[in-house]
Amino acid sequence: MGFLSVIKGGLTKTRNALLSELKGIVGAGKITDEMLENLEEHLIKADVGVEAAFLLTDALRENALGKSLSTEEVLGIMRTEAERLLSDPPPFELKGKPHVILVIGVNGAGKTTTIGKLASRFISEGKKVLIAAGDTFRAAAIEQLEAWAERSQADFVKHQEGSDPAAVAYDACEAAKARGCDVVLIDTAGRLHNKDHLMEELRKVVRVIKKHDPSYPHDLWLVIDGNTGQNTINQTKVFHQSFPLTGLVITKLDGTAKGGSVLSISSALQIPIRWIGMGEQIHQLVPFNKQEYVEGLFENALSNEDAN
Amino acid sequence: MFSQLTDSLESTLKKLRGQGTLTEENVADALREVRRAFLEADVNFNVTRDFVKAVKEKALGTDVLLSVTPGQQIVKIINDELIQMMGGETKELQLTGVPPTGIMMVGLQGSGKTTFAGKIALYMRSKRKRKPLLVAADVYRPAAIKQLQVLGKSIGIPVYEEGQGNPVEIIKNGHRYAIENGYDLVIYDTAGRLQIDDVLMQELEQARDAVHPEEILFVADAMIGQEAVSVAETFFQRLNFTGVCLSKMDGDTRGGAALSIKKMTGVPICFVGLGEKLSEIDLFHPDRMASRILGMGDVVSLVEKAQSVIDEKDAKDLKKKIFNNTFDLNDFLKQLRTIKKLGRIKDIMGLIPGLNKLPLDQINEKELVYVEATLSSMTAKEREKPSIIDSSRKKRIASGSGTSVQRVNQVLSQYDSMKEMFKKIGGMAQKQNGGTPVGSNYTPPKVKKKRK
Ligand SMILES: Nc1nc2c(ncn2[C@@H]2O[C@H](COP(=O)(O)OP(=O)(O)OP(=O)(O)O)[C@@H](O)[C@H]2O)c(=O)[nH]1
Ligand SMILES: Nc1nc2c(ncn2[C@@H]2O[C@H](COP(=O)(O)OP(=O)(O)OP(=O)(O)O)[C@@H](O)[C@H]2O)c(=O)[nH]1
Ligand SMILES: [Mg+2]
Ligand SMILES: [Mg+2]
Repeated sequence: MGFLSVIKGGLTKTRNALLSELKGIVGAGKITDEMLENLEEHLIKADVGVEAAFLLTDALRENALGKSLSTEEVLGIMRTEAERLLSDPPPFELKGKPHVILVIGVNGAGKTTTIGKLASRFISEGKKVLIAAGDTFRAAAIEQLEAWAERSQADFVKHQEGSDPAAVAYDACEAAKARGCDVVLIDTAGRLHNKDHLMEELRKVVRVIKKHDPSYPHDLWLVIDGNTGQNTINQTKVFHQSFPLTGLVITKLDGTAKGGSVLSISSALQIPIRWIGMGEQIHQLVPFNKQEYVEGLFENALSNEDAN
Repeated sequence: MFSQLTDSLESTLKKLRGQGTLTEENVADALREVRRAFLEADVNFNVTRDFVKAVKEKALGTDVLLSVTPGQQIVKIINDELIQMMGGETKELQLTGVPPTGIMMVGLQGSGKTTFAGKIALYMRSKRKRKPLLVAADVYRPAAIKQLQVLGKSIGIPVYEEGQGNPVEIIKNGHRYAIENGYDLVIYDTAGRLQIDDVLMQELEQARDAVHPEEILFVADAMIGQEAVSVAETFFQRLNFTGVCLSKMDGDTRGGAALSIKKMTGVPICFVGLGEKLSEIDLFHPDRMASRILGMGDVVSLVEKAQSVIDEKDAKDLKKKIFNNTFDLNDFLKQLRTIKKLGRIKDIMGLIPGLNKLPLDQINEKELVYVEATLSSMTAKEREKPSIIDSSRKKRIASGSGTSVQRVNQVLSQYDSMKEMFKKIGGMAQKQNGGTPVGSNYTPPKVKKKRK
């Protein structure tokens, strides 16, 4: 299943909102500040994100104000800007055996589910995968990941509830090495980025697995709930300050009119978006592709107008 | 203590300082700032627009108080309007129906339903003397039942479950189980779902129709963005939820979605979640939420205090004295006492235009205690005419105030330099509306200058 076809459904509302307003702008002669403010409003309503909406309309303000442009030209300017804001993730490659990935994020973002999906995906590509129950805090977090291990057929490492997450992570790395695994995915407890002691706990996890091998973790992925508003930027910034993130996962984009938050995150920080969560099922995870994403947002906006 | 919004309002409204009332033109920029602040706090676009309009109507024609800056005054209007919109007062769930009373938790995935189910059970048992039963009706998410069981066990509240059965049946049976076993409160935990998932939304409707819970609580993540409105509206259309719970308020989100949800559905917000622990729950306080959305901490309460303590007439008299350079130590003492009534000096200084840009940490509050003691030991006559204070009077004042002659001299020389400064301000103010100056280690009288 292509990324485009999946994302397109989710982006329909964004696209339609853009479309109706664009038509108004282009149909009405010279582009004025007021038109741009209206467009801005529609972009925000379509959850492109406040920052990104301002960024996109600022691009128009610079390049289109006072001009009479066709819809295609207006779209073109915004598309160029969107492409500038986004960056493609470098191709995912294994940098070690095992390749260790630490998955972090605020509470309820979708970390555990994403690990289950990723395990399944990597296994279907022929890799040997181990997942580790590094959330020893939340009620039944271990059992939840264990269920995902069963579903995905991944190896599983756990300690008791309440034990030291750093120890779980260390053991997982050791077990993976011993068993010849290709990928280790370490789950962590949800934590709000403004809680220093929880950030410290995470730093300890990183420190401890580095003792095993200084190249660990090869990847540090931050999972972000696609429904989150402006806090996305805070989250990403603060986590990134503590741990150089190598990628982002945006979940729950199977809901309505979102996807736009992606723009604001990328505009704020140059961290590649790696994966998009599109549902609760094991296969509902797609790699992020900037070109396809932008196409989904803008391409064929006019000819698709009666879709939906 | 001063937030971005207040700061940006300050700078936008600087020009307002010399003017008597808030007018259409002079508040336009300020309102644009408000709009931006609201959007950045995740308040829905339409809600923001309506709100700004309402604030504008309230603000126009208002007199600019002498004791606060126009920026602070607008913040106050906004704040009052916000509190109003969020329901005004804190509301407790009624739970008056025939027991067992039902509470059904609903919402998006990961919003905090299961945690809130545990928190509310604990709250109702300890605060409202209820005997709750938890019902595990999330049969979809891996280990959801186990999660509720672990939570229930940690607080000694039983959990009714049937494994991965049919959620509507489980809810019905849980209800019956509560009746048969003498529980007077049943809290149903349901699976997270998207509002556009018709099948799962229907399931909730069926569950509701089967057990008629007194409360259906919509649980929202406080960090949710513009999407909040369409999610809440759909849940509301289908289920007519009766209350809103906001989770993860211990984060650094502004939580503007709270306002949107309240505005669009009219349903009160009843609980906030302040952490992962089951004890970390609180009733919703509209006033605190308002400050949070505006991101301005204590400003509003200080403005209120200033309004109540500082007599507008006094402020005017004082201003006149400063301009005429007839400000004496009696005025000084009066100001000092007013300021003390207001609370922490640093906070008050923050309220005074011009002073709020000073490094407030350097102000020595102890120093002021001595100054006041010294002033209090003077006679009214001495304070009116400090020049009569000779060395024998100084000795008397020093021993009366428990300070030293040196201290008395200090206060007097501070007064001199203050007068000198006021003279300059008086001159300056003829040309421009500068900020109130301040001496090195004492707080100047609380005054506002206005161009005539
Ligand atoms: N619709 C939808 N739901 C998702 C997606 N990803 C995760 N979820 C759901 O979101 C909820 C939370 O997911 P988890 O994987 O438990 O999130 P987490 O970050 O591990 O949560 P904590 O460990 O409690 O911090 C679950 O109900 C998941 O089924 C997604 O892409 N789409
Ligand atoms: N910091 C913080 N975390 C919270 C709060 N409320 C819930 N959480 C955490 O948020 C995550 C999700 O909470 P749950 O109660 O599992 O959410 P849910 O709505 O039941 O999730 P699903 O059943 O998957 O839809 C967990 O990690 C909780 O510990 C809160 O007020 N503050
Ligand atoms: Mg988890
Ligand atoms: Mg749950």
